[in-house]
Amino acid sequence: MRQQPSIAAKVFIQRDYASGTMCQFQTKFPPELENRIDKQQFEETVRTLNNLYMEAEKLGGQSYLEGCLACLTAYTIFLCMETHYEKVLKKIAKYIQEQNDKIYAPRGLLLTDPIERGLRVVSFLEKEMHSVCQ
Amino acid sequence: MRDCEYQQIDPQTLTVPSVPAVAVPSITSPTSSDVLRPQKSTHKLRRKWEVFPGRNRFYCDGRIILARQSGVLPLTLGLVLLTSGLFFIFDCPFLVEHLTRTIPAIGGILFFFVVISLLQTSFSDPGILPRATPDEAADVEKHIDNSGSSTYRPPPRTKEVVINDQVVKLKYCFTCKMFRPPRTSHCSLCDNCVERFDHHCPWVGNCVGRRNYRFFYTFILSLSFLTAFIFGCISSLTYSTVVELVICFFSVWSILGLSGFHTYLVASNLTTNEDIKGSWSTKRGVEESGNPYSYNSIISNCCAVLCGNGGTKLLISFIVQLCMALPSIDCCKYYDNKSVEVNSENCPLPFFSECM
Repeated sequence: MRQQPSIAAKVFIQRDYASGTMCQFQTKFPPELENRIDKQQFEETVRTLNNLYMEAEKLGGQSYLEGCLACLTAYTIFLCMETHYEKVLKKIAKYIQEQNDKIYAPRGLLLTDPIERGLRVVSFLEKEMHSVCQ
Repeated sequence: MRDCEYQQIDPQTLTVPSVPAVAVPSITSPTSSDVLRPQKSTHKLRRKWEVFPGRNRFYCDGRIILARQSGVLPLTLGLVLLTSGLFFIFDCPFLVEHLTRTIPAIGGILFFFVVISLLQTSFSDPGILPRATPDEAADVEKHIDNSGSSTYRPPPRTKEVVINDQVVKLKYCFTCKMFRPPRTSHCSLCDNCVERFDHHCPWVGNCVGRRNYRFFYTFILSLSFLTAFIFGCISSLTYSTVVELVICFFSVWSILGLSGFHTYLVASNLTTNEDIKGSWSTKRGVEESGNPYSYNSIISNCCAVLCGNGGTKLLISFIVQLCMALPSIDCCKYYDNKSVEVNSENCPLPFFSECM
């Protein structure tokens, strides 16, 4: 017998545009996940993601320095340097991996990185295990 | 759920930088016993740009992106190279001899900025939003059409959100099957939704949007300096200088005007699209509708537009993210990873169905 995972359903969390074009996701708990995960856990995950995206897009000393340096080198510096935004995106990917490892996978869910969908949605994939007899 | 024994897959084994465009999955390479081996490969691996539905052309394995029609980009490049070439070859020796060496040096720096920023504007992703997957589109429709009616009804065209105490209407894009985020517009020439869409520039042969606006602004600014510089350095009338004079005279006014216009846009955090449509014009209607995205300070607006993050490539990823090497393998990590058959039925990825 071998087991084959398949997607039973997908739940999408849409963007929250209340603060403009900044990347934020809605923290409203979707009813489809009611039996699968804890509401607080879900809200904490989405809030942490929102904070990380806010950190990525933050206009601070580092981004101004990067901008000025890039401007002076006609933006060729981006060929060899990773921007602050890209560094935080890697951090986000790592966080999502951790969340999947610790919380969502044991419950049969998979959280996908929103960058894969163009930062439009965060999706939860509900998985089902089928045992296949050979 | 049964307890499954699983082993951690080392993500490094999944990335293969030099894999060809269509390939048998690299996961079959036995770098470690943890790597899953599909029973049979019923699919082909494709890069996302290869199955991209918009009207763009890709080169260098997705690193360079151009609109379908390159517009007059060859003309722009040709004019810049011709004028600068004539200046350096014919005028500079005279100027170095009679004035100073810094003139060709300044000219060289300006020329470098113009060419580099032109190429960056033309060849980079302006901020294209990937189209919604069928699942996402169905989810959007489901949330809108809650009446449970069996007859098909297309989603309403607009949705309203409140941004900084102002009501902004988000339109539904029937091509990309999603509600466009604020400031996003669909370019009919490139057939894509572009974030913070400014305009489609035929001179650079690409859309100008969130990711390449700063390159575009650098281009027009440095071009106006270069044109004015060459125009000002013309000291004698020979055949070459007459050509330079004509080109510079006719272009300097429009380029300076364009630079001035875009400086105003940057200072007020507006896009050409919004300015033309008069989206935030205070003269419209009785109520004052100011720009909700503006920071109400020229310096903050300039910093936000020019130094703010240009985002990252949402659509094209040349750090290898093979079509199917994502959730289906990740999910296998948590289940039995040794004998999972990877085929179209169980791969949840958005582009996978288009790969088959």
